[in-house]
Amino acid sequence: MTAETTELSLPSRIDTVAKAAAAVAEFLSRSGISDDAAFGIDMAVREAVTNAVIHGNRQDENKTVDVTLKSSPDAVEISVHDQGPGFNPEDVPDPTAAENILKASGRGIFFMRTFMDEVDWLIRPEGGTTVRMVKRR
Amino acid sequence: MAELNINERQAGDVTVLDMSGKITIGEGSVALRTAVRRLLEEGKKRILLNLAQVSYIDSSGIGELVSSYTAIGKDGGQLKLLNLTQKLQDLLTITKLLTVFDVYENEADALNSFK
Repeated sequence: MTAETTELSLPSRIDTVAKAAAAVAEFLSRSGISDDAAFGIDMAVREAVTNAVIHGNRQDENKTVDVTLKSSPDAVEISVHDQGPGFNPEDVPDPTAAENILKASGRGIFFMRTFMDEVDWLIRPEGGTTVRMVKRR
Repeated sequence: MAELNINERQAGDVTVLDMSGKITIGEGSVALRTAVRRLLEEGKKRILLNLAQVSYIDSSGIGELVSSYTAIGKDGGQLKLLNLTQKLQDLLTITKLLTVFDVYENEADALNSFK
């Protein structure tokens, strides 16, 4: 297993979510990761890119969503960067709490954390937010 | 080809929506929302979603299932789910929604439950 890195720069549109997912699927097919892990990574990437397009860049097509895919013998690491002001992930309510169960939204970050081994956010000094997600082999 | 295809059929006073494809942000979620709203406008308030051929759903799609469930409930109707794939069942379990929805593996049982 050799290390591989792929970078994508995509417009802030809803259809970017499916394009990013297709690129990730193609990347994962070369990475030798299990089908179960690939399903979880696909879910997490779709949610991360959705958040970047909608909440980060607010569908401003002048702003890009940049996705970096890294595969190593130990793990797959995916970073999704937007040009939004960022947020505090601790402020996002738990969607499984009784008072939130019937809410129509708010499950994206929960899925990212459920399906990946590490998820963290970096608000970059030069602007924008990066979510970094790791799935260990 | 559309992301989500929805075929409508009537079984007594229950409207069954046979869905195939993906319920994801954008087209798929909007198609489900549009179909449910139209049924409510037509006074069809007993709705069974057959999800056997739904290959994929994201958080937006799950949100749309929840929205449909609450909208139909507020209108005095009932939304039930039929033939969940294992993946969808897993997602509803971890989000604790499996206990919210009335879920069936057999269409006859699902239809009888509306009576």
